[in-house]
Amino acid sequence: MRYFINRLIFFVLSLWAAVTINFILPRLMPGNPAQAMFAKFQGQLKPEAMAAMKQQFGLTDEPIWDKYLSYLQGLVTGDWGLSFANFPVPVTSIIGHSMPWTIFLVGGATVISVFIGTALGIYVSFKRQGILDSTLPISSMALQAMPHFFVAMVLIFVFAFQLGWFPLGKGFSIDVMPGFNWDFIKSALFHSILPGITLFFGGLSGWLIGMRNNMIYTLGEDYVVFAEAKGVHPSRLMFSYAARNAFLPQLTSFALAIGHVVSGAILVEVVFSYPGIGSQLNDAVLSQDYPMIQASFLLIAVAVLTANLIVDLLYARLDPRIRTGGANS
Amino acid sequence: MNVELGKTSQPIGKKHSPLNRIYNFLLPLFANKKATVGMIIFLVFVLAAIFEPWIAPYDPNAAIFPPSQAPTAEHIFGTTNTGKDVFSQFIYGARSTIVVGFGAGILTTIIGLTIGLISGFAGRIVDSILGFVTNLFLVVPGLALLIVIEAYLENASPYMNGLIIALTGWAWGARVFRSMTFSLGSRDYVTAAKLSGESNLRVMFTQIAPNMVSVIASNIMYASLAAILADSGLAFLGLESVSSVSWGTMLYWAKGSGALLNGSWWWFLPPGIGIALVGMSLVLMNFAVDQITNPRLRQQIRRKHNG
Amino acid sequence: MDKNEPVLELDDVSVSYDSPAGAVQAVNHVSMKIYPNTIVGLVGESGSGKSTLANAIMHLLKGNARLTSGKVKVMGQDIYSMGDKELRQFRWNRMSMVFQSAMNALNPVLNVEAQMVDTLRSHRKGMSYKAARKRSRELLELVSIDSKYLRAFPHELSGGMRQRIVIAIAVALEPDLVIMDEPTTALDVVVQRSILDKIRDLQKTQKFAILLISHDFSLVTELCSSVAIMYAGRLIEKAHSETLDTEESHHPYTQGLMRAIPKLTADDVVIEGIPGNPPDLVDLPVGCAYHPRCPFAYENCRSLRPELHEVRDGLVECHLYEKSGS
Repeated sequence: MRYFINRLIFFVLSLWAAVTINFILPRLMPGNPAQAMFAKFQGQLKPEAMAAMKQQFGLTDEPIWDKYLSYLQGLVTGDWGLSFANFPVPVTSIIGHSMPWTIFLVGGATVISVFIGTALGIYVSFKRQGILDSTLPISSMALQAMPHFFVAMVLIFVFAFQLGWFPLGKGFSIDVMPGFNWDFIKSALFHSILPGITLFFGGLSGWLIGMRNNMIYTLGEDYVVFAEAKGVHPSRLMFSYAARNAFLPQLTSFALAIGHVVSGAILVEVVFSYPGIGSQLNDAVLSQDYPMIQASFLLIAVAVLTANLIVDLLYARLDPRIRTGGANS
Repeated sequence: MNVELGKTSQPIGKKHSPLNRIYNFLLPLFANKKATVGMIIFLVFVLAAIFEPWIAPYDPNAAIFPPSQAPTAEHIFGTTNTGKDVFSQFIYGARSTIVVGFGAGILTTIIGLTIGLISGFAGRIVDSILGFVTNLFLVVPGLALLIVIEAYLENASPYMNGLIIALTGWAWGARVFRSMTFSLGSRDYVTAAKLSGESNLRVMFTQIAPNMVSVIASNIMYASLAAILADSGLAFLGLESVSSVSWGTMLYWAKGSGALLNGSWWWFLPPGIGIALVGMSLVLMNFAVDQITNPRLRQQIRRKHNG
Repeated sequence: MDKNEPVLELDDVSVSYDSPAGAVQAVNHVSMKIYPNTIVGLVGESGSGKSTLANAIMHLLKGNARLTSGKVKVMGQDIYSMGDKELRQFRWNRMSMVFQSAMNALNPVLNVEAQMVDTLRSHRKGMSYKAARKRSRELLELVSIDSKYLRAFPHELSGGMRQRIVIAIAVALEPDLVIMDEPTTALDVVVQRSILDKIRDLQKTQKFAILLISHDFSLVTELCSSVAIMYAGRLIEKAHSETLDTEESHHPYTQGLMRAIPKLTADDVVIEGIPGNPPDLVDLPVGCAYHPRCPFAYENCRSLRPELHEVRDGLVECHLYEKSGS
């Protein structure tokens, strides 16, 4: 129980911290970018947009504390500001469209990557003498050092430009109607193959090597040797005794890696012009759409923190030492 | 049983001064094939970065050659769409990438080590506050935060980028150093040093830090790799002063000028492969350090060689 | 069961490890027999090869350790000529083992019942899940643990309870031989006593043979009918426990071990250690491995390996007993 409360407290606190960083950052910057920006947009925007912008960036005479409170209030009530680039569309309605794409692409590729990487790690750990065991660490290290966005560029060049097997980018073909119809789903799946493969291979090596090393440790544990001695069937020994224990640290690293995975995904989305939150953030930066930048960052942070909480809860499900409130966790 | 046997084969009474320890730690690095390959790759790029004006045949920013040329004898990596020599850009890009990567890697490690040591030594309250901040920086998606900061900074120099990367990327190291400080801090000789009245600061630097040499080395490499990837990612998004020459900005211009769509593979392959090779050299050296400091993995390797 | 057929028969067993410093002879040409319904002790210092010998008997040598010579027969069957499947069935059915660090011998993510059921159902193919659960409950009661702990996970149990459960798992299939490798080392004194009593009870009712491995000489002499002493991988003495009341007619090393037991005299505790350190197994001394520490060592000891000589119903590997032996 203490574990759950601790995790929840951390979730709430880190959420609050992300929200606050989002509020403070533009105000901390040297030379007050809001002021500069304000000067730049003078005459380009309608007066009501200027007023909204003034409000949003604290160029009013309210004390900072009041601004902070009204910012928080806005977040809770869903008033996240209005987009500059598409004034006066609320940023929430734009972001609402991009989030499902990212969850589908990044979530899907990551779950598959963890699953297959872990399975291969188990396999490699007990096929110790094979070629796989000697070549995998090296080849996966190469993948680990490769920037994901560069891999994405090479894949586009080879498979989309040279061979023409896959589309060059975007989330779906322009001749399908977005909605719940088979043509659209087919097109979306087809467009997600290359970026999906990029993210899949980007993560694979880490999970594989991590699981392999955990397995090597666990296979040396007394309870595994004891289980072997008492005649437990090899497959049950491998999974219920060794892998189940070896998977726990894997899950901890996964919780910590989510932020990293999302970071890599932002760049991959940009390379593929994939209509997710990463591209959204990049577009906002390019068009200096500050409300969009802030909202995108906040949404990414919230998504990552939530995913993190889910993994922590899953961990508790799998480890009885936490589930039953043991002292030595 | 293994442990007991190990005990008998260990030389007894050998001195463990910090220098000696560093030497003992570095020695097997040269005996390891992977580490040697990593170090050679790394040195090649470091030399290229140091002697760039002599190696690069042309001014990297001089747009004076026929544009979009495939590699020839004069331009071994071809030219860009504005007629700049890709090979010269590649060589000049090495310096910026390596300096920023390593600078940020070392700075990251220093921040992480400091916070880790303080966490491990200070009382519960300081530790839980620092622990929270560390965990926060661990889970927050670093690149998204960097992008937001850069968006407000507009056209930051590569060095500014390195600084910001270090300021946001220290958490992993801090976590490792904190737990090491805890486990080392409970060893008998540290307790003895504390009881004999040595100050916390002295104990930190004379008893604990020297035992972390390998972890520090490993952290510098890991952090440098992360910094190189983050820096080139930011530059690729155009968030670094676009007039600077780094591998990341080369990729930015290549992508932006449609190198992917007009078949100018010679333009985007060199910088990407450069990043990958430097990264690979760091991973290789790190892998060797891991094996040296991680007895169980080392034993497995040895076992494999003996059949 | 024929009283004269040994449960365990070791014939010239050697085990060596590969190490960076060279091959380590952890067990060196050991031969011994254990008969049904007896408790035999195996005593030696850390690194003398006793745990390695136990693992060799169980066919559980790991990684770079391997049997380099000899035969291990349990109930007359050579366990090193069995296939994997046959061995998996044979082990635990006929012989089982309580591990040195039995505290860590239970899987942290499975409850006690699951780990007991796993053992039973791996060997009793026809056994239903229900019957296995019923048997687990009986086994737990056998080691005096309330059956409500069937649902508990290892971290919820004390060290003593975990050790009892490991013992219950070891006797679950009523084996003929149980190897106990330092079964009480990690426990506090009071718990040690109750565990030893439990072991003795179980042995009396189930009549299995025990090979009790320990560095605690007094514990072994108390519990066992005969004792084997190991030094630097060699079995240097086999003696009946009754003969261990005097130092006379024992190996000088055994005499040292006997003197190392704290003796409570009128108002004083006298403890004497054995001077020197155990030898380096990579580079054993020529002749008798014990000669650098032996107060009686003479020329022969430094050049010739001693043979086993019969002394008072036992066997001693020492040059001092040459005349009485031949």
